Amino acid sequence: MSTTNHGEYFIPEPSKWPVIGTIALVTTVIGAVHTIHAGELNWLLPIGFLLIAYLFFGWFGAVIDESMGGHYNAQVDKSFRIGMLWFIFSEVMFFAAFFGALFYARVFALDWLGGGGNNAATHEYLWPAFNAIWPVLSNPDNTKFAPPAEAMGASGLPAFNTAVLLASSVTVTIAHHGLRANHRKPLIIWLAITVALGVSFLFLQAEEYMHAYEQMGLTLDSGIYGSTFFMLTGFHGFHVTMGTTMLLVMLIRSIKGHFTSDNHFAFEAVAWYWHFVDVVWLGLYIFVYWL
Amino acid sequence: MSAVIEEHHDHHDHKPTGIGRWLFSTNHKDIGTMYLWFSFIMFFIGGALALVIRAELFEPGLQFVEPELFNQLTTLHGLIMVFGVIMPAFVGLANWMIPMMIGAPDMALPRMNNWSFWLLPGAFGLLIASLVMSLMGMGSAPNFGWTFYAPLSTTYGPASTDYFIFSVHMMGISSIMGAINIIATIMNMRAPGMTYMKMPIFVWTWFITAYLLIAVMPVLAGVVTMMLTDRHFGTSFFNAAGGGDPVLFQHVFWFFGHPEVYIMILPSFGIISQIVPTFARKKIFGYSSMVYATASIAFLSFIVWAHHMFTTGMPVAGELFFMYATMLIAVPTGVKVFNWVSTMWRGSLSFETPMLFAIAFIFLFTIGGFTGLMLCIVPADFQYHDTYFVVAHFHYVLVTGAAFGIMAGVYYWIPKWTGNMYDETLGKWHFWLSVISVNVLFFPMHFLGLAGMPRRIPDYSLQFAEFNAVASIGAFVFGFTQLIFLYNVIKTARGKTSVKATSQVWEGAEGLEWTLPSPAPFHSFTTPPQVK
Ligand code: HEM
Ligand SMILES: [Cu+2]
Repeated sequence: MSTTNHGEYFIPEPSKWPVIGTIALVTTVIGAVHTIHAGELNWLLPIGFLLIAYLFFGWFGAVIDESMGGHYNAQVDKSFRIGMLWFIFSEVMFFAAFFGALFYARVFALDWLGGGGNNAATHEYLWPAFNAIWPVLSNPDNTKFAPPAEAMGASGLPAFNTAVLLASSVTVTIAHHGLRANHRKPLIIWLAITVALGVSFLFLQAEEYMHAYEQMGLTLDSGIYGSTFFMLTGFHGFHVTMGTTMLLVMLIRSIKGHFTSDNHFAFEAVAWYWHFVDVVWLGLYIFVYWL
Repeated sequence: MSAVIEEHHDHHDHKPTGIGRWLFSTNHKDIGTMYLWFSFIMFFIGGALALVIRAELFEPGLQFVEPELFNQLTTLHGLIMVFGVIMPAFVGLANWMIPMMIGAPDMALPRMNNWSFWLLPGAFGLLIASLVMSLMGMGSAPNFGWTFYAPLSTTYGPASTDYFIFSVHMMGISSIMGAINIIATIMNMRAPGMTYMKMPIFVWTWFITAYLLIAVMPVLAGVVTMMLTDRHFGTSFFNAAGGGDPVLFQHVFWFFGHPEVYIMILPSFGIISQIVPTFARKKIFGYSSMVYATASIAFLSFIVWAHHMFTTGMPVAGELFFMYATMLIAVPTGVKVFNWVSTMWRGSLSFETPMLFAIAFIFLFTIGGFTGLMLCIVPADFQYHDTYFVVAHFHYVLVTGAAFGIMAGVYYWIPKWTGNMYDETLGKWHFWLSVISVNVLFFPMHFLGLAGMPRRIPDYSLQFAEFNAVASIGAFVFGFTQLIFLYNVIKTARGKTSVKATSQVWEGAEGLEWTLPSPAPFHSFTTPPQVK
């Protein structure tokens, strides 16, 4: 990838990736809508996903080439850092919407359905049998939303998974120290351990989901408890998947020797992301599983 | 031959040619131009929908459109104007002006910049396709209003709602990336000496707007995601039968929605704060209070959202809190208006088209602010809510506020963009016809609303007939007047006007952007200028 020199600044050459990105997303969206509605263009969905994968490989590949080619100066590095930081902030706000829904449901919606505040009449006329108890094991209308048989506890697997994720935040930091000290071996080993911890987390979460669906009757459509449980942990799990993939890429790049002790923004960005995923999990563990 | 091209390619200030110049652009000016044209096209599409609405409302009874189609028209009109016109126009102006104002060569993340733009045609293609298909008799377009309240959009939403959901996702990605880019540019690309408190106010207002965007666009993404799962995957966020609550939708939506209305006004505040000093030939009055006022407005905008929900039902403590918090916003807003007026005070004023639009903005936006204050008084809002009074309020702040700000900005900066002066006579015609017709259009709506005419209906009772007829006449005059604007812009861009612009353009203009030649070079500042 060639670049033009604009005085002291770096500006990338024209690039096809943004347009490909748009085509990929539009394809995915049309495919997704047709999949939901059993329409005839549903085959566009996998094509869209492939295009997105192509986009990621291509675009990030181009950036890596530029970075390895020494085109980036300190200013570009700083722009990337600012970009990543505020991207993570926007992700926090995405989760905030779902946490907000959880708190609202627990504090207001249930209370009012159960006759709290000045809602005695609401309770009496809508679902007089409903009791406002969290976790909700009996929905206002159990014929529409079959309730779960039991609630997900905080001890056992979820507690273990918390430990796994917390440990992975530590290991990625150790790996980072190794990188900063130019010690490649600890870098690679600790990064590999981090990836393994990420994969184990996902594996255990899949176990938990299976248990919830098969033994507990706790499903996405089992009322507000299941909705909030699966949407929050599900989006978190999706982010862990993304993070693990990114860590894996960092591992491969570390093995290839892409990073130096003072130039490894990509590694740091992924580490930030990983800590963010960890913090979100702590929120989840406290408010979804524990309290 | 090819050698010549090669050589040209190596040239420092080369512009790529052909369609690739636009598709693959990494240039802030080209991307800014695309944003502005996109917004302009959407303005005419959204405007056409509005004229169909006003034609239907010209007299009582059903004339042209069925109620079902009427709902789709109001929905698409609102969505297009908010997400397709005002927001992209602001990003276009940011792209053009922020690098020049802070002494940078380009935006900080030029490739991402281009993606932010190209997502928009994709998103609006999906949305507008659903209306086209509806007109061809293939199912309904979104019909639940731009606020897409559950359960209208969940239980009762048409199939096209899913396209709407994903299109909102794409707009969200676009806005978030655009905002991140603007933040990175402002934090990282300022010329040496350009400290934060020396930045032009337009840069400041956009800086703060960008934070609003990254804070609330993800929440919008969250709420449409909950809609999607409620519609298809059995969740019950907005369904009381499963322990959820449709009111939750409104809370999450307005947590996004109120900051969103400030996203649509703060950059216009910035534009006005550039224009007024230039044509008053004075420094802006109270620079730092302008900055602090903008920041306070942004902060307050996060804690007032439920003023849209006074009649939905809330504990009394909530009603009171949101009423008083909303009233507080009038204070920093008042500071801004005071500062603009004080900047003009004893200045040597001249009234070119940008200044005319700016002065109209100050008057008419203030009217919208006052009606906002009336609306935020809880007992009064019980009467006004969902009437044409609200429609009047938000059109004063959005059309004579946000849109007039954009028009002022276009007239103000187009000489810099094109190197040509626009046609001042046509500009004055555009201004006077617009400012008169827009009041004919929206002022009667205050009376209609106070008299009880509900919004979002295709028919109404007879006592509302006169004011509606007047409003519709104003609408058609306003709509067609915008063709003058279009013609003037095209004429200027193609260099068909007689006067070439100097680099200073306006006698009273100050700032780095006016040190560059007109038209500005392809890459604005290739070596950083020194700011004293
Ligand atoms: C002093 C400042 C303002 C105050 C106190 C204020 C207050 C309000 C209130 C209380 C409502 C709800 C009325 C109802 O539905 O019953 C409202 C609606 C609205 N306002 Fe404002 N507002 C202010 C400024 C703005 C600005 C600057 C904008 C946009 C640029 C804006 C855009 C809107 C919109 C779009 C709606 C209607 C939303 C809908 O229901 O479709 N407002 N405003
Ligand atoms: Cu509001």
